[in-house]
Amino acid sequence: MNIAVNLLKAFLVGGAICTIGELLVLKTKLTPARILVGYIVAGVFLSAIGLYGPLAQFAGAGASVPLTGFGHALTTGVKRAVQEIGFMGAFTGGLTNTAAGIAAAVFFGSVTALVFKPRPKE
Amino acid sequence: MMSPNRIGQSTILLPSRPRIAASAAIAGKKEGEGPLSSDFDAIIEDDLFGEETWEKAESRFQFAAADACIRKAGLTGKQVDIALGGDLLNQIMASAMAARELHIPFLGLYGACSTMAESLCIASMLVDGGYARNALCTVSSHYCSAERQYRFPLEYGCQRPPTAQWTVTGAGSALVSSDDTLPTLCRCTHATIGRIVDMAVKDANNMGAAMAPAAADTLARHFADTGRGYADYDLIITGDLGQVGHDVLLTLMQERGLPLDAARYMDCGLAIFDKEQDVHAGGSGCGCSAVVLNGHIMRRFRERTLHRILFMATGALLSPTSSQQGGTIPGIAHAIVLEADA
Amino acid sequence: MFDKNAKPSPARQQQLDRYSQLVDRLSPKSPMLQGLLRAFWVGGAICCLGQIFIEIGLSWLNMTSTAASTFASTMLVFLTALLTGIGVFDKIGQYAGAGAFVPISGFANAMVSPAMEFRREGMVLGLGAKLFTIAGPVLVWGTSASVVVGILYALFPW
Repeated sequence: MNIAVNLLKAFLVGGAICTIGELLVLKTKLTPARILVGYIVAGVFLSAIGLYGPLAQFAGAGASVPLTGFGHALTTGVKRAVQEIGFMGAFTGGLTNTAAGIAAAVFFGSVTALVFKPRPKE
Repeated sequence: MMSPNRIGQSTILLPSRPRIAASAAIAGKKEGEGPLSSDFDAIIEDDLFGEETWEKAESRFQFAAADACIRKAGLTGKQVDIALGGDLLNQIMASAMAARELHIPFLGLYGACSTMAESLCIASMLVDGGYARNALCTVSSHYCSAERQYRFPLEYGCQRPPTAQWTVTGAGSALVSSDDTLPTLCRCTHATIGRIVDMAVKDANNMGAAMAPAAADTLARHFADTGRGYADYDLIITGDLGQVGHDVLLTLMQERGLPLDAARYMDCGLAIFDKEQDVHAGGSGCGCSAVVLNGHIMRRFRERTLHRILFMATGALLSPTSSQQGGTIPGIAHAIVLEADA
Repeated sequence: MFDKNAKPSPARQQQLDRYSQLVDRLSPKSPMLQGLLRAFWVGGAICCLGQIFIEIGLSWLNMTSTAASTFASTMLVFLTALLTGIGVFDKIGQYAGAGAFVPISGFANAMVSPAMEFRREGMVLGLGAKLFTIAGPVLVWGTSASVVVGILYALFPW
């Protein structure tokens, strides 16, 4: 029962965050690349001022899977590293906390490129 | 001093009326599923055309079209004095690689999607001036090589807005000749060279809107120079304005007091695909006007259902660099009059 | 044009504005409601799938919540790479727009697709260099922003 509620929360919050992105696509001349950069930077600062943490607590993957969640992970990593090792943590914490996603994308990206060939859309 | 072969401000007269002796159109799979499929000399189902890369495949399309055209004229490569070629890729890579195999003196051209008309204008001048007896014009484009250069990798999941156009995979070739022993599909009589018209369109996903003002400019100047009007032509053919550019051109000509009758007007970008083929605003690319002209239009000349047309290929002279630097899109349109023997 | 300070004359500016309005009027628009609905349900479904992986990690694989969250993003990246490779993800992206590119799946697709496309330019300057052409800016600006936040946090902890 608890799991079902978690899934529903993830669906609704994640869907809402994506819908805002689509609204930006349709209403402005912003390209997807710019929207993604905006999303990650927004996630970093929303997390820094303490707004994203509660959302992540509430929605789970609904907040951590969108790119704003990536920004949130950068900020939480940086804050924890600063607490642990001091000033230099500002440079180590972000990438440490997001290393899995980046390494996975690099690794699976390379493997995929070796196995598959691109095809035109039908 | 007046140049004897010019009329008006920007139209060139071709007194010897060089003939188009043969033409060939090689199209890709999707184009072969469209309404003009029976007009093409060959439809290549394999997007790679047996090569390893999209660029080599495009080059092979171009070579295949040139080779077919020379053979249809009953000539060999040695009898062709000059080959003009162009495509959309950086450093017109596909044309250069095709010309390497042709062993014909080569001039490379870049006019974006206007290159078919540009090459015909130059070739007919060369032949008319006696600098070449047989001149070959070949241009190509390929959906996959254009996507990776101008837009995104093929497997990148992005949405195409409804104004976007679909780059045609294909190549067309035409042989312009003064040799009276060769057959005559039609003759080149006038060429109007376009000037750049830039109406500050920046959206690379709406190239029809960027090119339509150039088409209106060239069309109006052609009529002013020659003293002709729509009644003198069976068809006004634009290259790849697509649905948006087509509608914009109709409005612009209306505003200029030269209302264009939609029944006498054909856009290659709209003709090549069916509405159901999910190509949004229509086809584009050098290959679009090239395969429609050299396949469809030349068939109609052969069947004598056309008497005189104005073929006006339009080009959007943008580059990925100029777009990223925030530049507006320069548009151009070159026109050539093609006329059947009476 | 080559005079940096030159502004178009008022008449020319008026002409350009009129043309821009004409183009706007004649250009078809993407259907708004349909786009938003598709982005909502696909984006929500991808996040929901992420939550399923988290629950699996927590309940069946005895992971800590950090490990479960890492497991979820790695699985989504893996699935996206696979779907990109077999030529399905570009169709999902065409259908769902932001619903596909805002979740981490979009980040993965942005790295996998250029790697595939530019593999033909070689292993080093093709695959290796182009892997980051689309996703690079996200890492550059995200990391830089987090360093700024980290420095501020080290100086003025809150």
